[in-house]
Amino acid sequence: MTHRSLLRTMPPYLPVLIILICMFALNGLAEPNSLSAYAIKGLVSTYLALMFLAVGQTIVIFAADIDLSVGAILGLVNVTVVSLMQALGDTPGAILLSMLLAVGVGAACGALNGVLVVILRLQAIVATFATSVLFLGLALWVMPVAGTPAPRLFWRTFGGRIMGIPFAYFVLAALLVLIFLLARSRFIQRLLTVGDDQLAAFQTGLPVTSIRVRGYIMCGVFAAFAGLCITGDTASGDPNVGGLITLNSVAAAVLGGAALSGGVGTLFGSVLGALVIGLVGSLVFFLGTPSEWQNLVQGLTVLAALMVGILFSGRARA
Amino acid sequence: MSGALKPILIAAGLVVLLMIAGEMVSPGFASPEQILRLSIVAALLGIVAAGQNLVILGGREGIDLSVGGVISLAALVAGNVMSGSDAGLFPAILACIAVGSLIGLLNGLGVTLLRIPPLVMTLGMLGVVQGLLVVARNGIPSGRAAPMLSDFVSQPQWLGLPGILWLWLLIGLAMAGLLNRTVFGQRIFSIGANEGAARLAGVPTRVTRTLLYVLSGVFSAIAGLCILGYSGSSFANVGGQYMLASIIAVVLGGTPLSGGRGGYTGTMIGALLLVVLQGLLTTLSIDESGRQIIFGSALIVLLLFYGRSSGLRG
Repeated sequence: MTHRSLLRTMPPYLPVLIILICMFALNGLAEPNSLSAYAIKGLVSTYLALMFLAVGQTIVIFAADIDLSVGAILGLVNVTVVSLMQALGDTPGAILLSMLLAVGVGAACGALNGVLVVILRLQAIVATFATSVLFLGLALWVMPVAGTPAPRLFWRTFGGRIMGIPFAYFVLAALLVLIFLLARSRFIQRLLTVGDDQLAAFQTGLPVTSIRVRGYIMCGVFAAFAGLCITGDTASGDPNVGGLITLNSVAAAVLGGAALSGGVGTLFGSVLGALVIGLVGSLVFFLGTPSEWQNLVQGLTVLAALMVGILFSGRARA
Repeated sequence: MSGALKPILIAAGLVVLLMIAGEMVSPGFASPEQILRLSIVAALLGIVAAGQNLVILGGREGIDLSVGGVISLAALVAGNVMSGSDAGLFPAILACIAVGSLIGLLNGLGVTLLRIPPLVMTLGMLGVVQGLLVVARNGIPSGRAAPMLSDFVSQPQWLGLPGILWLWLLIGLAMAGLLNRTVFGQRIFSIGANEGAARLAGVPTRVTRTLLYVLSGVFSAIAGLCILGYSGSSFANVGGQYMLASIIAVVLGGTPLSGGRGGYTGTMIGALLLVVLQGLLTTLSIDESGRQIIFGSALIVLLLFYGRSSGLRG
């Protein structure tokens, strides 16, 4: 039974880490340039948004909840921050204020989800789908047509370098520090406890309702961070920007070892899961796959990675 | 039965209320032609929701996110097989059902044999099918519906109703019979309520659950065929909007996502409710953002009527 005990003692993100290393190796074999500093920086700045989104999604999944509105929140934050920056001017102070307000919008969206799912006890999948329609409507109300540009200072900073190091790496470092601190926080421990056995958590006196609502708010905040990253990456506002990314955030969390049934997973694993999804995309591209085949190969690879991740994490319960 | 009847009555009442409201806001909304048109759209959604309903009833977090992909793929395949001629209609139907059942089978095997959570399995499958669509679209023309199929979906045929409404009615009766009168139906409810107990009682849980996903694929494929007939030719991602709409229709009809409880009659009313609500918003002269905001808020309010889970205090 050493096999079993090995499975139990390994870090939960080990399978996704192995998949990630394989993906890097395959990318390097297919096109050595894909491992150049320039290509890596491009990968990181493109997929920062998905990393933040996956972390937010994982936080609610910890408590056995789910949030299908993260993409819509991201889109709403994207158009809000661009509109605010346009209204307030492009001074550093105004940009920071706009970003702060946009994060507040994300938190408010998360709070609405929390109230509906936790306090009013709607089923999470359908309730957050309904709010995603609402958030998309609000985004279209803020900015009916895509294409308003973000201030130059904003995207130049995001795409630029500080002391020779790409700014995206600072954001990545901030994300890693944030999840390092979060993973050790009482908040995350309690979310996991609630997700593991909600009734038992309730009976031992944990404030289950408030913990889950705060999980949704935190998820909204991370979706807002993701929205800011998208804004820096695309340098403009687009209400429909959050299309497919919601489903990718769920896939990244599951790849990273989080169980949709709650109580299992790591935030770090989800960041790695988001990177795997990014690397699958670049691998398909670098392999010289004909363009019409790229989506199919990508879809098959993500599906295979999900299966491998679930089977090898040894807790393939549904 | 009174407990199961309540959500159906609420939904049916809301459909009538919305029709009256629509008629007051824009006269002609409740005209026979308009009701017929809304019913056809509801039938398209309702057929997809039949499969979704079965998968959800089977429990264990059952859900099928790949329905939209199957619809688009089936519409594309069918359009090319028949390519506008009535002679090709029968082979097209067979091809459609083959495509739907194959994808459903793969979903079912992933969920039962590999024990992958349904949300993840069908989500991954959606990615694969969407990729397949891109490949297929590049290689083959988008195809056209046979005249017979278009007439079946949109022209009055028997007793003034188009064939698709009769088909929907037939599916409704078949689903009710299947769920309430057959061993297979009992098995669905038993694995949805308590899979472990069902297995101990001798229910072939894996086969039953796999069949549910196959049926969901087949229903989506049939819907894809009808949607092709409705729109004349298949266009990119024609099925995308049906993924979450089919789930909402099931929930509005009184089948909770936890499974083991509910039925298809409510889902039919749920589909009708969703379509009438959307139709009403389309007739109002407000812009896209207002429509989305009202639709989202209305969904939240509707979900508050039912579809709520029980509290921790029991």
